Amino acid sequence: MAVVFKKTNMLTDKPFHYCPGCTHGIIHRLVAEVLEELGIGETAIGVAPVGCAVFAYDYFNCDMMEAAHGRAPAVATGAKRVHPDKAVFTYQGDGDLASIGAAEIVHAATRGEKITVIFVNNAIYGMTGGQMAPTTLPGQVTTTSPYGRDTNHCGFPVHVSEMLSTLNGPAYIERVSVHDVPNIKKAKAAIKKAFTLQMEGKGFTMVEVISSCPTNWGKTPKEALEWVKSDMLPAYPLGVYKDITAGGDE
Amino acid sequence: MKGNEAIAEAAIQAGCRFFFGYPITPQNQIPEYMSKRMPQVGGCFLQSESEVAAINMVYGAGGAGARVMTSSSSPGISLKQEGISYIVGAEVPCVIVNMVRGGPGLGSIQPAQSDYYQSTRGGGHGDYRMPVLAPGSVQEAVTLTQDAFDLADRYRTPVMVLGDGLIGQMMEPVDMEQASNRQPAADLQEKTWAATGHKPTQEAPRAIINSLYIDPVVLEQHCMKLQAKYDAIEAAECRWQEEMVDDAEIVIVAYGTTARIARSAMRKCREKGIKVGMIRPITLWPFPNAAIRATLKTAKKFLCVEMSTGQMVDDVRLAVEGQRPVEFYGRTGGMVPTVGEIVEKLEGMAGEPSAVEQLINQTTAALDQAATAAQETFAGFGSKIDAKVNDPAFIEKTEAFKQKTGELADKAFDGLAKGATLLGEIGSKAFGALSDLIGGNKNQNNNKEGNE
Repeated sequence: MAVVFKKTNMLTDKPFHYCPGCTHGIIHRLVAEVLEELGIGETAIGVAPVGCAVFAYDYFNCDMMEAAHGRAPAVATGAKRVHPDKAVFTYQGDGDLASIGAAEIVHAATRGEKITVIFVNNAIYGMTGGQMAPTTLPGQVTTTSPYGRDTNHCGFPVHVSEMLSTLNGPAYIERVSVHDVPNIKKAKAAIKKAFTLQMEGKGFTMVEVISSCPTNWGKTPKEALEWVKSDMLPAYPLGVYKDITAGGDE
Repeated sequence: MKGNEAIAEAAIQAGCRFFFGYPITPQNQIPEYMSKRMPQVGGCFLQSESEVAAINMVYGAGGAGARVMTSSSSPGISLKQEGISYIVGAEVPCVIVNMVRGGPGLGSIQPAQSDYYQSTRGGGHGDYRMPVLAPGSVQEAVTLTQDAFDLADRYRTPVMVLGDGLIGQMMEPVDMEQASNRQPAADLQEKTWAATGHKPTQEAPRAIINSLYIDPVVLEQHCMKLQAKYDAIEAAECRWQEEMVDDAEIVIVAYGTTARIARSAMRKCREKGIKVGMIRPITLWPFPNAAIRATLKTAKKFLCVEMSTGQMVDDVRLAVEGQRPVEFYGRTGGMVPTVGEIVEKLEGMAGEPSAVEQLINQTTAALDQAATAAQETFAGFGSKIDAKVNDPAFIEKTEAFKQKTGELADKAFDGLAKGATLLGEIGSKAFGALSDLIGGNKNQNNNKEGNE
């Protein structure tokens, strides 16, 4: 019988702990497949965050480091400076990257640190039980914004891709989504491009992936994906925000 | 060489090729020197956006198998504590230099030793220890910085070199010959555990640098493993210097810059005949408890001198176990104690009697008091007797008594004399008669003999 699908060997056999309907699993698989397809997986060094993906070191089948909350870009900087020829990546959520780790991501980006950041944005703190994140939408109800996010009281969501794209250090920044198959394919292409440019030494690369959180959004997996389309994407428009190779080969 | 620069060069000579740091006084010469030297030796100096980022870059580089260092001063070290705790938990070797300045808060930029607690008690969260090396000179800072890299690799732990503004800013002649191109200690193993981006093999499976153990059973096992490591460090790596302790009645305990000042005070006291010695802890953790206890043979008192309001003094008291008084002298906030101040303190301590002497003094005083009381009592008796003796009525009575007894005695003697004469006469007569009787018997006896 012909093999039509095979799990990438860049993922371990450990079952994911993610909630049903959460898209972390899809994003993990895309990253792992890209690492394998580019032939850089076995020698890669990944950095896991604090948040839902805290156990990423159990899933990615390569050398891994577990960073303190928000510090993954600094840890990745240390590793990449020691091993400039290896693929070094971080996998971070929005609380980790856009709030407590805002300084680390901005400076890794502006230094043009030759790493790839996979930034998973689901507009909420998932692991700790659904608190308001820096990316939470105006009016969105969370456990620490029970009346909906009041922008007069606690400000506006951070648009990380837009913000970092104003810097000179990044080589490539794209925002993608995984709420349907065409977008999953686009997301994989973006991740592949990011790692490719990293290995070419072009600079800092980041792919922001809009993700769902059915558990903490209080929705079914299907409703959650619909909410991604109806509410998340208007607030976080998809697209390439920075590409220093654009207008060249393409 | 300036202390800070000497430390930086020593690190490079020990194979440190990665340095991540952030500017803060009084240690700026370390990152400045590194920024110049690292490119020359094919290494990497990176000025981080914060102390927090710097220590996490250290975590990344150390976790990736490199010899790596960061340096800072007190407020910056506080910021690094999060990272230090993770580095401990993930068992990543690295060297952290703290050129301590006055605190709390932004404090001052002058030398201090007020980070002793933070350094030796584990300034970050969790169940851990960290070797802390405290140089007392620029030359020693070179040696200890290089030793720190070996210690870090041997035990997979962060190691802190704890100086102060003075050690960092001071210029002293340094012999770099021995420190030049120093090779890692012979016992060090290859870092097969490191995340080097290597192809996993049977001998070196994929590396996970991690401090998360969500299962408390496993975390407890991990902490016990760390504890076993700390026990091994305590047994093998404790260092100190002892000076003139063989006959010391007062033992100073001081480290770093303070030990230099205390040494001068000790010598001054020796000139004055006060028997002072000194224990200088070189490792603040592990602390030289046994060395301090060994001085109990002669030591009557201890003096801990620090540039703080008293932090290491706790450890000295723990070492002495209450067997002797432990006094403290300190200056803080960036103030440095003078030789004169310490001498004055030591003289005061030498002047004060010991506990045994105090007991003897108390007993002597009590005896003196009793003697005085007795004297007073007897003096009272005497004066009463004198008064009685000098009383005319008493004199008259005794005179009358004397006269009466005298007449009686005269009569008695006369009587006795007459009696004696009579007895003499009677005796003569009696002996005369006896001698006649004895004479007749004698002749009869002679005849008998003639007949035989």
